[in-house]
Amino acid sequence: MKKVLAFIAIIITGALLVYGVEDFPKWADPNQPASLHVSPRYIEHALDETAVPNLVTAILADYRGFDTMFETAVIFTAGIVVMMLLRRPRKW
Amino acid sequence: MVRDIEDIVVSTLSRFLIPFMQVFSLYVFAHGHSSPGGGFQGGCIMAAAFILIVIAYDLREAKRRFKEKALLIFCCLGVFIYVGTGFLCLLLGSNFLDYSILSKVLPADPVKARYYGMAMIELGVQITVMAIMLSIFLDLVTKGEHEGALEEDV
Repeated sequence: MKKVLAFIAIIITGALLVYGVEDFPKWADPNQPASLHVSPRYIEHALDETAVPNLVTAILADYRGFDTMFETAVIFTAGIVVMMLLRRPRKW
Repeated sequence: MVRDIEDIVVSTLSRFLIPFMQVFSLYVFAHGHSSPGGGFQGGCIMAAAFILIVIAYDLREAKRRFKEKALLIFCCLGVFIYVGTGFLCLLLGSNFLDYSILSKVLPADPVKARYYGMAMIELGVQITVMAIMLSIFLDLVTKGEHEGALEEDV
């Protein structure tokens, strides 16, 4: 019975997510908000503001340096958790 | 449980291959500013070189070379370098991770200081990713008995 309920909950959640995707802009639509505001801003001002010749690095390490920092922290946490879960003491 | 099989072809070839993989990893890391690459990819290649050592030789050798404590120190060191760079910028009187202020402590103009700051955080990412990949691999492959326990199986 629990499994049936869980299955129904998954189906409903998935259907809601698919319904939500309908409101997204079309794939590679040039008029979507991200292409109208964020991308031109980065493309036009990245070299002046960050002095980085590579646009990807300018966004990764400068505009979104905070994001990259926590990305590293996530990797770190994953490793620590694997260590905590799998590691066994010398004598069991 | 742990067998000592050392294939001469595999071990000799990996002996040739590993230095080149490590140099390539540093190349990928150092070119992260102007071409595809960066700390994450470089760290993965570096970890792959170390994992090749583990595969080509045996677990006991790997356990001797890669101490769990050292790996843990490297994991923490990488995150520390990254966050430390951010806080250094903060201490010098600018925003968090605003590298141009680093020109106060580095012998460089603000543009070059940005370059060095990014190289520093990429170094932190590289060290963390390398140590974590290797630590996860060793933990999985020794069933969590990376440190200790292997001796009793001999």
